Amino acid sequence: MQVGATGLAYRGRTASIGFAHGPFVRVDADTNGERVAGNLAEEALALRAAIDTASGQIADLAGIAGGEAAQILEFQVALLEDEDFIEAIFASIGEGNAADVAWRSALDTQIADYNSAADEYLKARSSDLADLRDRVINILRGDGGQALEIPSGAVVCADDLPPSRFLEIDWSGGGGLALLRGSPTSHVAMLARARGIPMVVQLGAIPDVGATALLDGEGATLELDPSAEQVRLFEKRHESHRKSRASARAILRRPTASWRGERIKLLINIQRVDDLEHADAQYADGIGLMRTEFLLTEQGGLPDEETQLRAYDAVLRWADRRPVTIRTFDAGGDKPIAGFTRDGEANPFLGVRGLRLCLARPEIFAVQLRALARAAVHGNLKVMFPMVTSADELEAGRKLFSDVVQRLRAEGIAAMLPELGIMVEVPAAALAIASFKAGFFSIGSNDLAQYVLACDRSNGELAPLMDPLHPAVLELIARTAEHGRRAGISVSLCGDMAGDPRCLPALLNCGLRELSVNASALAQIKQTIDRLSGGGGLG
Amino acid sequence: MLDKADGQIFTGNVRLVHAVGMHARPAVKLTKLAKKFQAQISVRVAGAAEWINAKSVVKIMAMRAARGSTIEIRASGSDAEVAVAALVDLIASDFPDGT
Repeated sequence: MQVGATGLAYRGRTASIGFAHGPFVRVDADTNGERVAGNLAEEALALRAAIDTASGQIADLAGIAGGEAAQILEFQVALLEDEDFIEAIFASIGEGNAADVAWRSALDTQIADYNSAADEYLKARSSDLADLRDRVINILRGDGGQALEIPSGAVVCADDLPPSRFLEIDWSGGGGLALLRGSPTSHVAMLARARGIPMVVQLGAIPDVGATALLDGEGATLELDPSAEQVRLFEKRHESHRKSRASARAILRRPTASWRGERIKLLINIQRVDDLEHADAQYADGIGLMRTEFLLTEQGGLPDEETQLRAYDAVLRWADRRPVTIRTFDAGGDKPIAGFTRDGEANPFLGVRGLRLCLARPEIFAVQLRALARAAVHGNLKVMFPMVTSADELEAGRKLFSDVVQRLRAEGIAAMLPELGIMVEVPAAALAIASFKAGFFSIGSNDLAQYVLACDRSNGELAPLMDPLHPAVLELIARTAEHGRRAGISVSLCGDMAGDPRCLPALLNCGLRELSVNASALAQIKQTIDRLSGGGGLG
Repeated sequence: MLDKADGQIFTGNVRLVHAVGMHARPAVKLTKLAKKFQAQISVRVAGAAEWINAKSVVKIMAMRAARGSTIEIRASGSDAEVAVAALVDLIASDFPDGT
């Protein structure tokens, strides 16, 4: 898409944040070059030799790159070592096909298969296959192996770029990557993020012109042969990005966030106990959401009471007097757990998940409630139930919890019923919010938006519709916040919206004063609130 | 059960808990481990018609096993029993690094 009138400007999708200003280099794959095929035996030998050479090259690259890159290349090596797959290609040569024709046809079939998948992750793997296809064909043509000639700090532009070619480029002098197609979930995007190289994908068609380029990974724009004005604006954005990262860290150390004179509580979400090791976690006002599903996926089956108690105690100890909200098992939906969740539900997001599942499996739920009741004695614990539709479910959960506390006390074990709240993620709960006798509410905006907008949030095709700022979603958030304010019940929001600076003005205007975000987003959110409070925009 | 010279067929089944299903990295780990055994090893998503060679990464990827599906494993050969146990363990433990 063209967005400017001065130089040529294009917008794509962000794959890796950062800024690059440098020579513009196209590295489109060469498509021509014929090779003369030999007889059957020669062709088979040629392919065998090319496969061996390719294996060696990839192994060398993996050795240099190490880590994540090496793991990515392992897939290509595994493909070359797949006897079933390779034998079929030799069989095709035996039928009279040239080595390169047989090879290309086999790889293209796989690539088409991956591309036809609904799953974006699998689609992204097709560029790994194209990488391997081209490498072997180049070797067969006798021109394999030479590295790309890319000047230092260049903005490299390609249709798509396979991981091995990314690794062949020397990024030590900076630079950026602009892809006409590509995907933010591709292996090369993972590599770019790991190296801190800005990358924009899905730029669409770009004319083959331009000597210098500006690539803004944050705004997802590519500007070719920019005017002095474009360069100035680009440098300004780059500078403010640098500054905002530095000042966000400084703001984090201030005691509280406030907006229009009102205190905004900033809590963190954790997936597991280790998340507390994040350097910024200490600045949180507490834990707004501790997920407990990690306990279900550890080795040795469903966790016993002592294992759970250790995890909950560790978090309460860390928090000291600060509040810790632990959510009971939220299994089901897209989180199946062997031996717990239901198999074969036609529509698991609308199935027996969250509290529904826990109430249906009281023998498993009771173990968690026992551990929580014991942990409650040791700190400022609150417990919330996920996926609650009706007030009866909350009461059924409360009844089980009370029984557990009584039984523990009868056994002579210290226990207490913690403050009980619910996640507000089912639209019915948001609409009938006053019917719940909850100690607090926590809005799960991801599921709430998915249910209100009738969009499966894992379906990338629906991304444009899946807008958390849709007035219907905001209406439900505002009603919940309003009810909380009137009834004196605290309301927080713990979904992705809370960690998205673009959503903050809307959330604050809806009346929310408690937000729970990942520790890594804490600095930016605190800074954004500070800026909004100062009357500024989002900058 | 087939009456093979090398005897018994061993089977196992395990739930796939990996976040994105049987994708590139899990598939590579699975085939690498399968290749360590002499046994003939086949896998399939529970109930699928076709058994797939566990040593072929292309076929394992093509299986498109989704998160939460049950993977059935069967093996025959001298080390078949150990092979099934090792593969079940790999999948159940969510393909830990360093395997």
